[in-house]
Amino acid sequence: MFSFPKLGIERDILNFLLVGVGGQGTILASNVLAELGMKLGYDVKKAEIHGMSQRGGSVISHLRWGQKVFSPIIGKGEADFLLAFEKLEALRFLDQIRPEGVFLVNDYKIVPVTVSSGNAVYPPDEAIRENTHQYTHNDFWVDCRGIAEELGNVKVANVVLLGALCGLMDMESESWLTIIAGKVPHKSIEINRLAFQRGMNAI
Amino acid sequence: MKRLLSGNEAVARGAWEAGCSVASGYPGTPSTEIMETFALYPNVYAEWAPNEKVGLDAAIGAAYAGKRSLSTMKHVGLNVAADAFFYVAMTGIEAGLVIVSADDPSMHSSQNEQDNRQFAKFARIPCLDPADSQDAKDLTIAAYDLSEQFDTPVLLRMTTRVCHTSSPVEVFEQQASVPEQKKYPRNPLKYVMIPANARRRHPVIETRIADISEFAETFAYNRVEYRGKDLGIISSGVAYQYAREVFPDASVLKLGMVYPLPKKMIAEFAKNVKNLIVLEELDPFVEDQVRAMGVKLYQSPGKAKQNYPLTKSIFPIFGELNPAIVRQFAKEAGLYSGEVGLETPPISLELPARPPSLCPGCPHRSSFYVLSKLKIPVNGDIGCYTLGVAPPLSVIDTCGCMGASIGVAHGAAIAGDTERHVAVVGDSTFFHSGIPALINVAYNRSNVITIIMDNRVTGMTGHQENPGTGKTLQNVATVSLDIEQMVKACGIEKVLTVEAFEVDLIEKTLKSWMKEDGPAVLITREPCALLPDQRKQYIPLEVTDQCNGCTVCFRIGCPAISKSEILDLKYNRPLALINASLCTGCEICAQVCPRDAILFKSQVLAKSK
Repeated sequence: MFSFPKLGIERDILNFLLVGVGGQGTILASNVLAELGMKLGYDVKKAEIHGMSQRGGSVISHLRWGQKVFSPIIGKGEADFLLAFEKLEALRFLDQIRPEGVFLVNDYKIVPVTVSSGNAVYPPDEAIRENTHQYTHNDFWVDCRGIAEELGNVKVANVVLLGALCGLMDMESESWLTIIAGKVPHKSIEINRLAFQRGMNAI
Repeated sequence: MKRLLSGNEAVARGAWEAGCSVASGYPGTPSTEIMETFALYPNVYAEWAPNEKVGLDAAIGAAYAGKRSLSTMKHVGLNVAADAFFYVAMTGIEAGLVIVSADDPSMHSSQNEQDNRQFAKFARIPCLDPADSQDAKDLTIAAYDLSEQFDTPVLLRMTTRVCHTSSPVEVFEQQASVPEQKKYPRNPLKYVMIPANARRRHPVIETRIADISEFAETFAYNRVEYRGKDLGIISSGVAYQYAREVFPDASVLKLGMVYPLPKKMIAEFAKNVKNLIVLEELDPFVEDQVRAMGVKLYQSPGKAKQNYPLTKSIFPIFGELNPAIVRQFAKEAGLYSGEVGLETPPISLELPARPPSLCPGCPHRSSFYVLSKLKIPVNGDIGCYTLGVAPPLSVIDTCGCMGASIGVAHGAAIAGDTERHVAVVGDSTFFHSGIPALINVAYNRSNVITIIMDNRVTGMTGHQENPGTGKTLQNVATVSLDIEQMVKACGIEKVLTVEAFEVDLIEKTLKSWMKEDGPAVLITREPCALLPDQRKQYIPLEVTDQCNGCTVCFRIGCPAISKSEILDLKYNRPLALINASLCTGCEICAQVCPRDAILFKSQVLAKSK
């Protein structure tokens, strides 16, 4: 029932995996997708791991749409869309996506303390791309952070990524924007709208 | 109308719709949002108690006084509240009492993964086990009716996965009527548990649990879903979702109530399916009871888990389940013939971990830096400051449960340990259960030095108010407990309060106290750097050309400081680099820098003028 021929997706249940670093707005983005799913009339489940994320750890949100969704968790190799707000986190969850699933990433680095302390190395871009291509060639890299900086608020990078997802899914943007407007401070509705459109155009 | 609610929000919603008007609890992941959400509803009173036992006593008191009440806690909180849990099982209540235990399979943020369904059986209290948010709301409402029908508290057992998963929930805008205030019960035979009365009450509660078991046969949330008859699955909680996901054609007996169990319903179900299994997380809690009823469960032909009843017969006894794990173990047991999971290759790169760490600007960092420099054994406690265990600080030597730091340090002292011990505890944890331990240190005169890291908030669970903050859960201004006065009242004579970022003063104080005898308490005070008022004051510091890569500032473990790609010409070492988007300007690095190569805030401001 979910059909995205351009992306090679034909499924009864649509699985999104959202990953990022605490403070990036990963949870807000997954809330938007969850409400959108409900608005479209689907059963929705959204499961988060955010125990210690405020202290700089990884944030993971599993999101599923379908007529009836049972498990809140997406298994290895079952994510139709991997939405990553940071490159290292994208890499960490590569094995969660279906072969040739959609990989959409904010082309942005947040260096973990293990790297800044000199005890580990942040993988170089070529290695990230090379690894990604072992799982999928449906990979999309968007400079969400750069776009958000241009717009004057780095916090809207998450909405740029949502805009890109909307563009990939070839959906009309109004219902997304209405939900986003209900979740951000009144004074930043306009900048979020711009961010979303820049994301859509980036695809 | 349907709304997207997390399991926690659904419990709060259910309690409100059921006419619950009093709630008391203590924050703890994954339970915290229940109270935070409930507190926002109209016509309710909600409070953070200093600890779970006090919270449960308060909810019991309200239920005695005739108001439907709620007490919430994480699983280990019920250990703290266990004394209250057991007496209220004996006394019963006047109005519905629901106790929420949020268990944490896989220990996402806990020290153990105890299965609190066991507590229900232990105390003879019925236990409900929701499978998703709708179920959580429905079972919360059902719990209040059950509580009053049988004059018993009810344990609503949640798990992290159910607490933190959101799904659509049918909500009603109407709250059930809150009962009028009644005259307080004068019923000592029921409510005063002196031995003579308690002896009369014990048979009452044994009869009660047998009656509830009978009631469970027709309880609307215990239901049989017949599909194919080859496989029958008894399941509850989130495991029910995995049963449906992995075995779409199997018949399922879904238990809303996991204690006591509906004996006849289970026997009937067993008769109607060829192979019967139990699918549950953690302990073989349902499995044990079903086997004790004499019901025959499926015996795996191959690699059966021979260790039952020490483990479960098919599925793992530890960790969260998920569909892949269920498929894998079902396959080993000969119950599943499909693919276990999509075989994707493992990632070939070695990936740097992203562990949680003390935030930039964390006021705990200075004390840990000094402790690590002085190489003192440190008994730690539960809170953000447990992260002092992480390198490069690596200072915490023990951490077991809330409030344990001071008691464990005292134990080392009375055992005659030749090293002087420091106990480290946060403000909220000190209020929770540190105070009696400190009284013990003072009373029995042990040589323990306690550092109370007062960051003016309950930090780790996400900034909850506590008795020190001057505000209640419902945002009412109140008294702020004076920690220094409290410490003195416990009998500690040597007390000093310092600003947490005063690195030298902390070091000097600890060094001099180490030479003196007797208990002492150092209070390091500074609000958590993530509090909204603090965030407004960030001034990122700068590294000057005086830096020669000596590495001292790297030893404080601040995520805002990293090794730059520029090397010092003389020593060939990477220079320090401060990430301006992370630095708050706490100045710990500037204080420890031996070459004054990091500008203080005043210098940064003067420079920019």
